[in-house]
Amino acid sequence: MSGESGGTAETHMSDLLRSRRDAVLGRWVELVTEGTRGRITEREVRTELTELYDLVERALGDDDGTTGGELRAALGDISRNRARQGFSPTETAISVYALKRAVHEQLKESGDERGYAGFIEFSAYIDELGLATFEAYAAAREQVISDQAEQLLELSTPVVKLWDGILALPLVGTLDSARTQVVMETMLQTLADTGSRYAVIDITGVPAVDTEVAQHLLKTVMAARLMGAECVISGIRPQIAYTIAALGIEFGDIVTKASLADALEHALRGSGLRVVGGTDA
Amino acid sequence: MRQIPILKIGELLLVSIQIDLQDQTVVALQEDLAEEIVRTGARGVIIDISAVDIVDSFIGRMFSTIAAMSRLMDAETVVVGMRPAVAITLVELGLSLDGVRTALDLEQGMRLLESSLGER
Repeated sequence: MSGESGGTAETHMSDLLRSRRDAVLGRWVELVTEGTRGRITEREVRTELTELYDLVERALGDDDGTTGGELRAALGDISRNRARQGFSPTETAISVYALKRAVHEQLKESGDERGYAGFIEFSAYIDELGLATFEAYAAAREQVISDQAEQLLELSTPVVKLWDGILALPLVGTLDSARTQVVMETMLQTLADTGSRYAVIDITGVPAVDTEVAQHLLKTVMAARLMGAECVISGIRPQIAYTIAALGIEFGDIVTKASLADALEHALRGSGLRVVGGTDA
Repeated sequence: MRQIPILKIGELLLVSIQIDLQDQTVVALQEDLAEEIVRTGARGVIIDISAVDIVDSFIGRMFSTIAAMSRLMDAETVVVGMRPAVAITLVELGLSLDGVRTALDLEQGMRLLESSLGER
């Protein structure tokens, strides 16, 4: 919005924003509040937009562009907040674009034909700001998604202590290479930290296993063995057993048990413990 | 070249590796260990690698060689304290350390050797 050619038009726009401040700002707040459908209060909207309005007004009269940076930062903050609060991209962009409508309405009312030249440039400027808003929104959403993915990964790969010296990894959901890698590392580290001799990998909650995942599981078991611990795989579903057999994956001498209970019993026996039935005793 | 100390505890020999392993160090260790097993009449060897964080295929093979060698002289070998990263590396290198027994730490390794010596 700089350059000598637009000088008068620009000044005109800047004047309009200043002279009709209350009307334009009021209409802007009204338009934005309509779009948010009560998820944020009018007061909050007004505070946000007043700040933006001041910055826009200053940025129009400002030649060196320092206010422009401030304005972009403020817009970035607002759109990041909107993204976290779950607003749609359209709703977020409207917060900026509604200013055009508010200004246009005032321009129409004033009946000043010369103002339109300035309005076109002003409109282009607002478009630019809208795009910056959108970019910040998208970046914030992306961040939210990657944070959630990370949390989910941590949640879905727990290592629990079943007994003294016996760990269990109840795996639920689809196993992919990345997840199996995380499982492998967490399990080996926990084995080393706790000095547990047995680990039960329970895949009852895993719907499918492909070659790569099976290879990863095998590597995990081999690595645990190298460290001096033994892995037991339990809960292999019929379909998975079929897949593994059909793919010709050799599980070798790795102990597999039908259920977590059987695997626990195996590990207890290996630790030199016996399970005695309560009724018999 | 630094030498790796070999300590005698009862019937066992303890090799605690505290430095980055180099090929010559490993070769020297093999020779020293063979002599030491014969000299002391040890029945078991414990190699503690809890301080080692880098292994290559040569060092991986060394564990198998030492185990095979000491078995010829009637001593069992247990490798203890392997770090998860080292274990992953060895698996990725395709080394399964056949014939080498492993334990999570020194204590479990000693217990393992004692129980297998008791059976003999």
